[in-house]
Amino acid sequence: MSNQAGVLSRRTIDEKELALKRQRKQSITSYWVRGLALPASIILIWELAGLFELISATLLPRPSEILAAFRDLIVSGELFSHFTISLLRAIGGFLLGGALGLAAGLAVGFSKRTEQTLDPTLQMLRTVPTLAVIPLFILWFGFGEVSKILLISKAAFFPLYVNAFLGIRSVDSKLFDVAKVLQFSKWKQITTLILPAALPNILLGLRLSLGGAWLALVAAELMGSSEGVGYLIMDARQFSQTSIVFVGIIIFAVFGKASDSFVRYFERRLLKWRENYIG
Amino acid sequence: MTLLDLNDVSKRFITEKGITRALDDIELDVKKGEFITIIGPSGCGKSTLLKIIAGLDTEHEGEVLLDGDAVLGPSIDKGFIFQEPRLFPWLNVEKNISANLPVTKEVKEHVRELIKLVRLEGFETAYPKELSGGMAQRVAIARALLRNPKVLLLDEPFGALDAFTRAHMQEVLLDIWQKNKTTMIFVTHDIDEAIYLADRVVIMNARPGTIRKMIPVGVTHPRKKTNADFQKIRQQVLTEFEQVEHGKSLAVSHS
Repeated sequence: MSNQAGVLSRRTIDEKELALKRQRKQSITSYWVRGLALPASIILIWELAGLFELISATLLPRPSEILAAFRDLIVSGELFSHFTISLLRAIGGFLLGGALGLAAGLAVGFSKRTEQTLDPTLQMLRTVPTLAVIPLFILWFGFGEVSKILLISKAAFFPLYVNAFLGIRSVDSKLFDVAKVLQFSKWKQITTLILPAALPNILLGLRLSLGGAWLALVAAELMGSSEGVGYLIMDARQFSQTSIVFVGIIIFAVFGKASDSFVRYFERRLLKWRENYIG
Repeated sequence: MTLLDLNDVSKRFITEKGITRALDDIELDVKKGEFITIIGPSGCGKSTLLKIIAGLDTEHEGEVLLDGDAVLGPSIDKGFIFQEPRLFPWLNVEKNISANLPVTKEVKEHVRELIKLVRLEGFETAYPKELSGGMAQRVAIARALLRNPKVLLLDEPFGALDAFTRAHMQEVLLDIWQKNKTTMIFVTHDIDEAIYLADRVVIMNARPGTIRKMIPVGVTHPRKKTNADFQKIRQQVLTEFEQVEHGKSLAVSHS
């Protein structure tokens, strides 16, 4: 009797689990359907509108034409070389500006004295728009790589600076009492308390820095260059090759999103201890 | 044998309205292995007293001697349990307990024993967000015990817990006390809790914070809250408490 009951309950549990699994599978499918529905229908309408010549092919080439231009650029190898140049510029500028921003943010965060010396000046420079310094950078460093990389660095510097600083200063003071009672060394206080507590802000700064670097890259390449995806766009514009302009824009969009997702992946892994509202 | 010796400890706060005497002339001797509970109305300075013993508050008069040495600052000799667990949210249970200590084989073994002692087996790799309030507070207790403190100071540690969890935590704490023979000083505002745990209940007056009376609890463990001896001591403590309230209202009517 009791055995039978056991078997019975076992079966209901299995059934429940199965139902749950099905539900989960369904929700993954519906996740993709929900996310892709809008862009897919836009592309379809766009293609059809172009096909029936409702829109000008010069202003808005059909998606299939853009795809063809994309394929041609890949086959000729042009796209790859332009993209590599752009990527190297972005990485170089991001590494330089991001590293300096992180270092300055940590230094200012850890020491009140450094804050008083450095922060007012940096806050003033922060409010200067990146685009406004382009003429100055061109005057100082010419049209070469230096001015481009410095421009990207400037854009990558401040988000990391501000957020690293903020992260360190927002460590819960109650945990400092714990560190005192447990006799943490200064080093342990930094590595097991301050840096982990500041990590969410630092990672947010990293994401914003990457975004900033990407924006500055486009600005830098549009201001004058002979290589890179930005150049590809400018060059295509002069010859009214709208589909190539689209290819350039799409590359910027896709890669910008990819780099953001990359950081978010680390964010999820490193911050799995956080209690979050997930919607 | 005296482990902790408080001589003439006073604490004043200077405010705009004048000087507030938070603690006045506190004299207290705590024997090694003793379980002391401190109870009093809010604002009687019981938490301040605990912070002074911990070395978290060093701006006071009089001296605090632990094992004959003056207490000059916080140290692992004086384990401190705050009202909230105050765990590091980015570390799992094991790592919260070891915290700043290098994870040697010995430490690992000790951590495992303590996890067993505070009844948290199976939760070694859980993060604080996955723990209930009582479980988190037990992690905090294990964290303090790992450092082999001479005395464990607890500042209303079970105040935020529901009645059932609280009763369970009291059992766990008594179990630890009996197994490890750790000296305990436990601040609470719960009369039953104070009597249930203590060898000696210290009752405090408010404004100025002074020790009103110390009542030894001669009831053997395991105790029953419904037991006649327990009730007798409860009456005694309650009577003292009524006088505390009375004395306060008298003082007010005089001024």
